[in-house]
Amino acid sequence: MTDATTPLWQMAGVSKRYGGVTALDNVDFACRGARIHAVLGENGAGKSTLIKIMAGVVRPDAGEMRLAGQPVEFGSPSEATRAGIVCIFQELSLLPDLTVADNISITDPPGRFGFINARRQRQRAEELLERLGCEDVHPMELVKNLPLSRRQMIEIAKALGRDPKILILDEATSALTAADVQKVYAVLRKLRDDGLSILYISHRMQEIAELADDCSVFRNGRHIQTFAKGTKSDDEIVELMIGREYKHVYPPKPVRNQPIEPMVRIENLSWNDRLHDINLTIDRGEIVGLGGLDGQGQRELLLALFGVLRGVTGRVSINRDPVRIGSPRQAKSAAIGMALIPEDRKTEGLMLPMSVRDNASMAAISGLTRGIIVDRKAEAARIDGMVQKLAIKVGDLANPVATLSGGNQQKVVIAKWLMTEARIVLLNDPTRGIDVGTKQEIYQLLRNLADAGTTILFYTTDYDELVGCCDRVAILYDGRVLRELAGAEITEHNIVASALNLSLDARNGRPEATV
Amino acid sequence: MTELRLWLARSYGMLLSIAVFIVMFAIYFGNFSTDSPSAVILSAANTGVLLALVAMAQTVPVLTAGLDLSVGMIFIMTNCVASAIVVGTPLQVAAGVVGVILAGCAAGFVNGAIVVWGRLQPIIATLATSAIYIGIALWIRPIPGGDVDGDLADFMTGQVFDVVPVGLIMLVAVVLFIWLPFRKSVLGRGCYAAGSAEGAAYMSGVNIARSKFAAYVLSGLFAGFAGLMQTFNTYTGEASGPSGSLYTLNSIAAVVIGGTSLFGGSGGVVGSIFGAFILRTIVNLLFVFDMPPLWQPLFQGVVLLLAVSLGAARVLRIRNRLELFS
Repeated sequence: MTDATTPLWQMAGVSKRYGGVTALDNVDFACRGARIHAVLGENGAGKSTLIKIMAGVVRPDAGEMRLAGQPVEFGSPSEATRAGIVCIFQELSLLPDLTVADNISITDPPGRFGFINARRQRQRAEELLERLGCEDVHPMELVKNLPLSRRQMIEIAKALGRDPKILILDEATSALTAADVQKVYAVLRKLRDDGLSILYISHRMQEIAELADDCSVFRNGRHIQTFAKGTKSDDEIVELMIGREYKHVYPPKPVRNQPIEPMVRIENLSWNDRLHDINLTIDRGEIVGLGGLDGQGQRELLLALFGVLRGVTGRVSINRDPVRIGSPRQAKSAAIGMALIPEDRKTEGLMLPMSVRDNASMAAISGLTRGIIVDRKAEAARIDGMVQKLAIKVGDLANPVATLSGGNQQKVVIAKWLMTEARIVLLNDPTRGIDVGTKQEIYQLLRNLADAGTTILFYTTDYDELVGCCDRVAILYDGRVLRELAGAEITEHNIVASALNLSLDARNGRPEATV
Repeated sequence: MTELRLWLARSYGMLLSIAVFIVMFAIYFGNFSTDSPSAVILSAANTGVLLALVAMAQTVPVLTAGLDLSVGMIFIMTNCVASAIVVGTPLQVAAGVVGVILAGCAAGFVNGAIVVWGRLQPIIATLATSAIYIGIALWIRPIPGGDVDGDLADFMTGQVFDVVPVGLIMLVAVVLFIWLPFRKSVLGRGCYAAGSAEGAAYMSGVNIARSKFAAYVLSGLFAGFAGLMQTFNTYTGEASGPSGSLYTLNSIAAVVIGGTSLFGGSGGVVGSIFGAFILRTIVNLLFVFDMPPLWQPLFQGVVLLLAVSLGAARVLRIRNRLELFS
C-alpha cells in the first residue's frame, strides 16, 4: 500500500501510433492512491488509448510504466487485472448468455483444480450486488435478459470482485439511473477512502465536479495539465481542452439569407432509449453539422432517418410532405432521394473484394438498366464522370476496391451515393482516418453539392470540421438536441462547452442558448 | 419461485426437446404391437445412442460458435480402428478400447490445433480434416471387415436385468462423469464465454484458446465413444463415407433441435441427446405407421426447420436492422 504522496501509477514518455495517426504522444501521467482522478478531453484526445494501455488491451510503442514504483508491462488484459488494474469499459464486457453470477466471477472463478464452486460463486455475486445496492438482480438471471442500466451495475460488481488497486471507469455511468449513480458514487468514495486509485472518464462536468479530487486534461494525444478540483473554472477547463495543431483549409461559407425552404423537418423523433424528441430542420442547400461527444445518438439519428432502425416514433417531413421511411431502399428512392455515407467504409460502405466499378454503381444500379440487364455503357459513362468529378486515383476500374488507399476508398463510397443523384446526403464521420489532402477535397465537394441545392446533414467527431464546414451545428447530448449553433456562434469553444452540457460563456458576449 | 422460473428460462430448449421426444416415443411405443417391449426399447436405444454420442461431439464446438464437420468421419474412423484393435486377451481388449478413445481425441486435437493456432475457420478446417479421417478409415478397412471382442460387444449392446440397455447407461455415465465436470470447469465456462461474446470474454481475461482447443478434443472423445459403440453393434469396421456424412448432418440437426444456439454460448449436450433421439424416433414412427422410409428426410427437414424457427424468434425483437447482419 502506498501513502497518498507517492504516485500509485506512473507513466513516462508513453507513445502509441496507429498507422500514421499518433494517439498518444510522449505522455507523462501519474495518479495517486486514495484519490478519484478525472480524465478530460475531446474526441480523439487520447483518453481511450491511455486506458487501453493501462488495462493491457494495447501495448505502447515507447515509454515506461510503474505500478507502486515497480516497472510493469502488460501483454494482455488478464495480466493487467492480475497486477490490480481493473477497467470498466464503455462497451460492456459482459457475456450475454451466461448468468449474472458467472459473469461476475468470469476472470477468477472460486473453486479448485479448475472446477468452479457454484455455491461460492453465487455467494460472491450476492455479496457484491448487495454492496452496490442491487439486491433486485437475481444472480442466476441471464445477463441478456437484464436492461442496460442493470448490466452496467453488473459490470461494476464484476470489477469490484477482482480486488483492484486501480479502478478505471470509462463512461461507466452513462446508462445508469439517477438512483444508481448515487449508489455507485457512494461505493467509489468508500473505495477511495480504502486507498484505491480511481480513474474516472466522463463527459458530464457535474459528475466530475461532484466526484473527482484531481483532473487531467488531454488534447491531441498529449497530457496537457493535471490540477486539483476547484482550482480551475469550467471555462478554463474548456480552454485547456480545445486548441488544434493545424487548421484545414475550408471553402468559404456562403452568406445565407433568410431560410429559403426547409427540406427536411424532423419533429419529436425518438427511438428506444437512444433518441429523445429530436427536433431539427435543415434547409435546401444547407450543411448542418451534428456535434457533441461520441455516442450521444448522432449515429442513431442518421440511421433512423435512413430507415435502418425499427420502432422510430415522431415525424419526418421532406419538402413539407410527411414521409415514412421504412428501409434504406425506400430512403434512396426517387421520391425521397436520400443517401447515407456510412462511418465504417469497410463493412457498411464497400464490398472490398468487388471492383471499383461494381461498388460505385451498386446504389444507383436500378437507374442504369435496360430491362433487367445492366447497361454497361451507361454505367461506364456515369462512373467515368464521377471518377473525374471526385478525382479518384484509380488505375483500372476493374481492380478490387481493397487495392485503393483509404482516402480513395472513401471517395468511392461517396461516388456510389452521389450517383443516385440524392437530394439529401447524410454523412457519418466521413473523414475519419483519411489523409489531409483528401479531406480538403471532400470539404470542397460538400460545399459544391450544397451550392447546387443538396441538403447535407454531416456528423463528424472532428470539431474543427464542424466549425469550418457547417452553416449550422446541432449539439447532441444523451440523445437530445441540446443546442443549435449558427453563424458566428460556431466556435470550438462553444461546441466543446455544449458537448459537456455547460452553459455558454456569456462573458464573451455569446448568447446563452436555452435547452 | 424465481429460482425455478430462471432455470426453466435457461433450459427451455432442452426441456422442449425432452417433451417432444417423450410424446413421439409414447406414440411409437403405443402403436407397436410386440410380445417383448424391452427388445423394442433395446433396438431403439442402440441406434439412438450412436447418433446421441455424435451429436454430443458436435455440441461442444457449436457452443464455442464453431462447427465440426468431421465428427461423422471421426466416428467412422474410430469404428475402423476399433475393428482392428479391440480383440484378443482381456488386457489387449482393454488397451484396445483406450486406444480407440485416444484415436478420437487425437483427431479432435488436430481439429483444435488447426482452428485455434492455425486460425482457420472451423467449417473449412474440419471439412478438410474430415476427408483425412475417412482416408485413414479407408486405409485401415479398404473393404468392410475386422472383428471385435464378442463378449464385450454383446454386453455393451445388451441389457442389465433384461430391461435397461447398457448403451443408455454408458451414455448417462459419459454425461455424468465427463460432460458435467467439464461444464463446471473453467475450461467449460470458457467455451460458453467464447461462444457468447468472444471479444468480451477476451477482455475479461478468459483463456479462449485453451477452451476452444479443449472443445475440439472433447468433441473427438465423444465421437470416439460413438465409433466404439458402432463396432459393438456391427462387429465390423466399415469405412463408409456416405454414412459418415449423414451422421455429421444429423448431428447438426440434433444440436439445433436440442436447443443449442448455432451462434454459440447457450445450450448443452443433454438437449442434443434428445435431439438425436427425436431424429431416430421419426424413423421408427414412419415404420410403425407403414409409411415409406423414403419420407424420412422430409420429416426430419420439417422438424429441423421448426426447431430453427423457434431459435430465430430473436430476430423479431431487433430494432436496429444492421444488427441482423452481425
